[in-house]
Amino acid sequence: MAPALLWLTGLMVVPCSLILALAFFRRGIYGGIEYSITLENFGLVVDPLYAGIFLHSARIAGTATLLAVVVGYAGAYAIAALPRRWQTVTLFFAVLPFWSNYLVRTYAWIVLLNREGLIAHALQWLGYRGEAPPMLYTEGAVVVGLLYNYLPFVILACYAPLSRLSPELNEASRDLGGSAWTTFRRITLPLTLPGIAAGAVFVFVLSIGNFVTPALLGGGRFQMIGNVVYAQFLTANDWPFGAALSMVLIAIMMALLLLQAAASDRVAGRGPVREADHA
Amino acid sequence: MMKFDRKAARSGRRTAGSLATGLFAIALWAAPATAADLVVSNWDGYMAPDAVETFAAGNGLDAELVFHATNEEIMGKLIASGGKGYDVVFVSSPFAEVLHNLGLSAAIDPAKVPNLANLYPEAMKLPHDPGNTFSVPYAWGTTGLCYRSDLVADAPSSWNDLLQPSDDLKGKTTMLATDRWLLAAGFLANGLSVNETDPAKLEKVKNDLIEAKRSLLAYDDTTFYAKLVSGEAELVQAWDGWCNYGIAENGDIAYVIPEEGSDLWVDTMVVMEASEHKDAAYAFINYILDGANHAWAAENILYKVPNKVAMESLSEELIAQFPNMGMAPADLLAYEQMRDVGEAQRAYARTVSEIKAAQ
Repeated sequence: MAPALLWLTGLMVVPCSLILALAFFRRGIYGGIEYSITLENFGLVVDPLYAGIFLHSARIAGTATLLAVVVGYAGAYAIAALPRRWQTVTLFFAVLPFWSNYLVRTYAWIVLLNREGLIAHALQWLGYRGEAPPMLYTEGAVVVGLLYNYLPFVILACYAPLSRLSPELNEASRDLGGSAWTTFRRITLPLTLPGIAAGAVFVFVLSIGNFVTPALLGGGRFQMIGNVVYAQFLTANDWPFGAALSMVLIAIMMALLLLQAAASDRVAGRGPVREADHA
Repeated sequence: MMKFDRKAARSGRRTAGSLATGLFAIALWAAPATAADLVVSNWDGYMAPDAVETFAAGNGLDAELVFHATNEEIMGKLIASGGKGYDVVFVSSPFAEVLHNLGLSAAIDPAKVPNLANLYPEAMKLPHDPGNTFSVPYAWGTTGLCYRSDLVADAPSSWNDLLQPSDDLKGKTTMLATDRWLLAAGFLANGLSVNETDPAKLEKVKNDLIEAKRSLLAYDDTTFYAKLVSGEAELVQAWDGWCNYGIAENGDIAYVIPEEGSDLWVDTMVVMEASEHKDAAYAFINYILDGANHAWAAENILYKVPNKVAMESLSEELIAQFPNMGMAPADLLAYEQMRDVGEAQRAYARTVSEIKAAQ
């Protein structure tokens, strides 16, 4: 317990407290910190400009999350349906890209999507005449980048409950006259919901704070809240405001994680199903 | 204008590096060890890799070279530490001004830097620091338009060719992402000062730049010349030295200063007031100002240096290949220098956020 507590204090509580404290000071005229207490940084967060950027970030992250859940769940379902020995292999390949550098994976999309890129050339080769539609530096490219990078989280989170699902539950449902769809909807889906929720929260939390993907695949034309935080610390030199923005971001993430934890507790607490599972 | 590390620039992986370095800088908030006799902080690749080492060996010193990825990064450290732990720092002139205003920079002692005599007379008259009392210019240049002469129908001549491009250029232009230069394009197109702070004029420029965004491929500080080389972009806002990286790879790439003008950017060397090795610091600046040493920057980084001896030593072929290297100092001085705008920097940052958030 003690090492964990030390780790948590040293690497989480202390740095976060420092950032929180910073948020209550002012930016000095030359970009330093003026140690007089103010709430104006938090006032700015709800300013339509920045609140709008928060909402826009949430929309982009939400789209990526939705797609990741659909694709990731389908992938996990397909993997779980394979014979045991194939599951490990497919799972390995599904998460393999995850072991390469995030930036490398993101740059790969630039190579694919840019106007002189592989996809544009492939289209021409296939007989497409005229210029390829813009693919890179669009909101779609940002969503694709986030989806691709965070998909393994959903696959892993959904695979765990899917692979543990007792086949007898399915058989029981079918014996009692449930169609495949009804069985999925009333048995499989509810039992794997905690996995979906965990994967979704991971993707959303990582996406909404992301600043690399919008900078590279969005060409800076789309600003997510992470980019604003980055700019406050590294170009505007307005640390207090950057700190206030990141505290709000952290608060959103914490709220989502707590919600997810509470929800999965509730599902776990639904006793009978779980017990049936173990029986 | 120096923004990130130069070596990576050529491979076009600049943004990634700077993003990573930026994060690292925040995570590792440490001043360098101060055991060395001389600590120099510069952008990676902005001077000969062995410059500090050679200088130190020649003077029996134990010197240390550290890198910063951006002006803002080193400024954060200097302001936080009161300048302790550094002797010579390379920063752009508006930041040198801030160091001076904060009392963090030391006076340059001309007696200890005799090679100041190698500088062009114009380099002693820079508006941010006439007489080079607290900063010594290291490199200077302009910001203009870099384009593919073989792909654009008409050679660009105005900032409006970028802000309101012809139909065939729509979606094939980029602008710099950094606040000051993005706004400067709008200021200059409107005949305003690059240091304009009047809210009404800022509003007008903001609307112009939002309009320009509709035809923009991307904001790009780091790979714009690579986009020109690949043909992904045909006309980009560029620092002259960076346009040269494109020219080096494709002879059809050309650089032009629009008729409305440019800013004059200057990167400088500053000695810290808190330095305990000021004599070594002056000696190092003197070493850099040596004609041969300073010429290294011009030849390898393709930036103009304000050193008459160094520039006169450049080969004619180099100037022929990169015509903007041959620009006369008097012509450079005709452009307005970017200055520190103090509190208005906040309005700049907000304006740029508004531009980038606009749909």
